[in-house]
Amino acid sequence: MRHTLAVLVENQPGVLTRVAGLFSRRGYNIESLAVGETHEPTISRMTIVVDGDDLVIEQVVKQLNKLIDVIDVQDVTQAEYVDRELVLIKVNAEPSIRGEIMQIVDIFRARIVDIGYNTLIIECTGDEGKIRAIEKSLKPFGILELVRTGKIAMVRGQKYEED
Amino acid sequence: MKLTGAEIICKALEYEGVEVVFGYPGGAVLPLYDKLYDSPIRHILVRHEQGAAHAADGYARATGKPGVCIATSGPGATNLVTGIANAYMDSVPIIAFTGQVNLSAIGRDSFQEADITGITLPIVKHSYLVKDVNQLAATIRAAFHIATTGRPGPVLIDLPKDITIAQAEFEYPPQVTFRGYRVPGRCDSAQVYQAARAIGEARKPVIYAGGGVISSNAAEELREFAEKTRIPVTNTLLGKGSFPETHPLSLGMVGMHGTAYANYAVSYSDLIIAIGARFDDRVTGRLDTFAPNARVIHIDIDPAEIGKNVRVHIPLIGDVKPILKELIQRVEVPDTREWLKQIEQWKAEYPLRYTNEEGVLKPQYVIEQIWEITRDKNAVITTEVGQNQMWAAQYYKALRPRTFISSGGLGTMGFGLPAAVGAQIGRPDAVVFDIAGDGSIQMTVQELATAVQYNLPINIAILNNRFLGMVRQWQELFNNKRYSQTEFPDLPDFVKLAEAYGAVGMRVTRSEEVRPALERAIATPKPVIIDFVIAREENVFPMVPAGESLTKMVGC
Repeated sequence: MRHTLAVLVENQPGVLTRVAGLFSRRGYNIESLAVGETHEPTISRMTIVVDGDDLVIEQVVKQLNKLIDVIDVQDVTQAEYVDRELVLIKVNAEPSIRGEIMQIVDIFRARIVDIGYNTLIIECTGDEGKIRAIEKSLKPFGILELVRTGKIAMVRGQKYEED
Repeated sequence: MKLTGAEIICKALEYEGVEVVFGYPGGAVLPLYDKLYDSPIRHILVRHEQGAAHAADGYARATGKPGVCIATSGPGATNLVTGIANAYMDSVPIIAFTGQVNLSAIGRDSFQEADITGITLPIVKHSYLVKDVNQLAATIRAAFHIATTGRPGPVLIDLPKDITIAQAEFEYPPQVTFRGYRVPGRCDSAQVYQAARAIGEARKPVIYAGGGVISSNAAEELREFAEKTRIPVTNTLLGKGSFPETHPLSLGMVGMHGTAYANYAVSYSDLIIAIGARFDDRVTGRLDTFAPNARVIHIDIDPAEIGKNVRVHIPLIGDVKPILKELIQRVEVPDTREWLKQIEQWKAEYPLRYTNEEGVLKPQYVIEQIWEITRDKNAVITTEVGQNQMWAAQYYKALRPRTFISSGGLGTMGFGLPAAVGAQIGRPDAVVFDIAGDGSIQMTVQELATAVQYNLPINIAILNNRFLGMVRQWQELFNNKRYSQTEFPDLPDFVKLAEAYGAVGMRVTRSEEVRPALERAIATPKPVIIDFVIAREENVFPMVPAGESLTKMVGC
């Protein structure tokens, strides 16, 4: 099963290598990894998607916790959380078919961020299902390049009590 | 007052109570060595940096204090790697200082540059590349804290040369705080209560004691616990000395070359109490048939060890010593009378055994004699790796903690001699033996020069069968005696080799010469090599073939 881990780390050089090295050394599979600074500049946050059974995930979390530079590890998989990924897709788009592509872009509430002689670059944000769907929809036009940021995730806030 | 980086390191080591460091100088650490020249800290000059790391390791295991080693950049640093990996696998607190090229030269493939923090990433508990001299003192404080607390391990500090020359105000922080490093505190009392009850209900319990008992200094508590509950104790290789192996409740070592009765006891037990041990594959054999009827209580300071290899029913996370103390108070004493009878029967039926033959020198006999002659002395045994190590583990009955020092996890040939150097430096009054093989000793024999330089009366017992004996044994059993690359037809004359180094050499070929040679060696105030010419194709038995169940032993 795929798990999404939110990992707070010291914002220092070498930390990403320690985390990535741990995964390869112990034979865990990273499906995606996204990292960036948090509102507290000395702390970075990684969102790691990892595949494995419960025992493997338990080990992953424990081994991550052993790294001195790892401040906190949260497995958000079972929690209510929001996740997003951003993708840039460059598609073949001769002027005659641009209309059709723009319709798809609208449906997905994506954006066109570059128009070339025969190409468009489309930016789309969403959860994994949405990203997969837009990719599939654009495929027939011919995808020239595709880049994804990897998933980022955040646990939802506590809700107001309903009367 | 401002101090240079090198002066800060020397001062910091003094604050940490370091009395001795093991090292080897070079270009990038010249400023540090210049300051060490005036420092009260004793420096032991090894002959190869691997020796420095192993000596720091042996020192740490023999004394319970952290070991410190120093190497220069590039090849000096890479030569430490085996020693650091060894300390990591066996959870030994060492601090390795490596020189590095100037900060501005890093990343340019400069002369003697190596990315040592990168190279050692998977084999350190933590590492630092110091980029600001103002951070140096706090970094050293943090390194010692990390290396010696929780599950101990090696920490590396990489020191660009210009950092050791630059100046900063020196203030040694009394403590450092970490956001991401916490040592487990008190164990949850409810868990201890649950364990105490499970122990009371057990009828066939076994204590399985590992190196964690020794690093937690909990041997006394283990003994009290075992004696109060009348539960038999088996130990791992690193657990030798955690419980006296002559004690009626001792089963000796468990695992691939463990005693048959320890392997049977574990296999048929209904409760395993693992204490500071990690269910290594050399201990468990085939995992899916390991102790099929046993519940497992696992006491360990490292939460990641819980459930890593076997399913644990009651985890007790924390320092072994206080947990055992609490458990002793609360434990319900189980009825183990029938179980102990069964174990006595196994002991009688399957003792460790070998046959002495006329005119042939048996390695087991040599070890027994080393044990006889040192058992009442303040003695430390180190071993190399292979048959010599397993015979030592079987026939040298460790009685006290920190008396048996061996490379367990990594299995490093060449560990024993430099570890003996470290142990003898740390415990100058101890009788130190390195139990070696003719293969292992050649891997780090240069450290004999270190032993001679510092007048260390180390005794090196080479069990010489002109084979890489353990590999040959596997080839005999599993490769139809096809001895591929395991025979040494042309060994050096170890007696002359000892003499060439300024040590004393002896050769023993007959059983009756063993005792006098050992007595003479112990009485000699210099390093001694005894070349024991042993039966060439003697095997280590019993043996659980790799990947087999513990009960599938051969040769018992």
